[in-house]
Amino acid sequence: MASVPRQTGDAAPPVAMAAAPARARRDFSRSPWLTVIVLVVSVGLWELASRTTIPILLPSPADVAGAAWKSASDGSLFRHVGVSYFRILTGWAIGCAIAVPFGILAGRLKWVRAVLDPYIEFFRFIPPIAFITLFMIWFGLGELSKISLIVYTAFFTTFLATLAGALGVEQDRIRAAQCLGATPAQVFFRVIVPGTVPHIVTGVRLSLGLAFMTVIAAEFIAAQTGVGYLIFSARLFAQTEYVFLGILLLGLMGFAANWVLKKVLSRIAYRYDVKL
Amino acid sequence: MAEAIRLDGVGKRFEARHAEGADYDALRGFDLAIGEGEFFCLLGPTGCGKSTVMHLVAGFELPTTGRVTVGGKPVAGPGVDRGMVFQSDLALFPWLTVKQNVAFGLEVAHRTPADTRVIVERNLELVGLAAHRGKFPRELSGGMKQRLQIARALATDPAILLMDEPFAALDAQTRRRMQEELGRIWALSRKTVLFITHDIGEAIWLADRVGIMTHGPGARLKEVIDVDLPRPRMHMTPEFVRLYNTLDDSIRAESDAMHHG
Repeated sequence: MASVPRQTGDAAPPVAMAAAPARARRDFSRSPWLTVIVLVVSVGLWELASRTTIPILLPSPADVAGAAWKSASDGSLFRHVGVSYFRILTGWAIGCAIAVPFGILAGRLKWVRAVLDPYIEFFRFIPPIAFITLFMIWFGLGELSKISLIVYTAFFTTFLATLAGALGVEQDRIRAAQCLGATPAQVFFRVIVPGTVPHIVTGVRLSLGLAFMTVIAAEFIAAQTGVGYLIFSARLFAQTEYVFLGILLLGLMGFAANWVLKKVLSRIAYRYDVKL
Repeated sequence: MAEAIRLDGVGKRFEARHAEGADYDALRGFDLAIGEGEFFCLLGPTGCGKSTVMHLVAGFELPTTGRVTVGGKPVAGPGVDRGMVFQSDLALFPWLTVKQNVAFGLEVAHRTPADTRVIVERNLELVGLAAHRGKFPRELSGGMKQRLQIARALATDPAILLMDEPFAALDAQTRRRMQEELGRIWALSRKTVLFITHDIGEAIWLADRVGIMTHGPGARLKEVIDVDLPRPRMHMTPEFVRLYNTLDDSIRAESDAMHHG
């Protein structure tokens, strides 16, 4: 069979598009300079805005840079960032590691779902920070209470996403595997688990963002280190520049963590048709 | 001719899904016998229970009454002796390449990599997908996806091929092309085929015999008509048209009975 009938949705990738002369003109929206310009303009506007008021309300970029320099030179900046990262990543990794197998099992086994469902529907509506006090009483003021809170945060989001994925595996796909001789265990590991991967990816990405929110709340209330502590302790002396520094650090930390996660996930993204 | 598939007095009742619903008898007293190497098309009005028959033979469902036997043994569940081609291309494994999809059945059976490679290549050649072996299913056209399903089902060398409206979602031209391809593949492999369709022309083009079902509920086999046309077949010959009209009248009588009876 030499030729395959052409039809809409045929396999030919849109290679011709990229070579078209119209594309030869630079696409400015993709230029890295755009980011630089946006950054410079924002800092400029910030500087102008800060001159209209007093530093305690809106510190200038220079004030914040000074605060960054000071806390970097005594090492506290790196300690705060490192401790927050440690809490976020440990809690997130543990939460996801528990959520994925339970989510898949709950999606495929009726009795697991029946047992878990009432709890899930109950706890789903309780935000993690509602547990801060309780976790402090149970797990003390050390790392355990903060990490437990993030485990809880990451678990729920990842569990619910994984559950939805496992529930939604195509029945015909499972039947196809059975017709090809797959045992129940092979169906589970070769069809259901890979079929759930796109949902797991969604879950772990969402829960990473939520872990950042939770860690800050926990560090506000029960910590002597961490970016949340940096922000919250600055209120004592009205050091607004440290509040700004903490917020900027958070943004950068989230940006970096998401970038690394995307890099890691991009290795499987094409196979599993995941949009990152 | 030895019997490959046999249904004896098969009834299938689906229980109500909710409190106010009623149980539904999809099949009642359904008899069918398909010989080894035969191409059998099951034709019937929409919703008559064609797919239920297919699911019973495949082993996805068990009969409420009666017996379903394949190769003389009662069907207890899905098995490698029955390969299946589904209507929906969602039945493919989208995270596996074309080659890996075809290899699936061989890998779960722990065949050697060398065997697997040879069998996969042979089946990709057979359906004309050899040049696309490294692609993912979503990169294929609708017709190519159904070719892939056929190659995947044939790779484990089942005695029986079950095809549930495999070309229904394709455009008319691709569908015609696939029918010709399937006729060629069947002539080479000589498998027993149970093929479900609501396309009369497709049934006449492909089948040795065409079974027409009565309308549901409680559907059974109304009649079986021999397609006594030489192969390779031609469309729209006088015999083809005569047969087409016979089948069309028979099916129309059933759907009329369902809507007005």
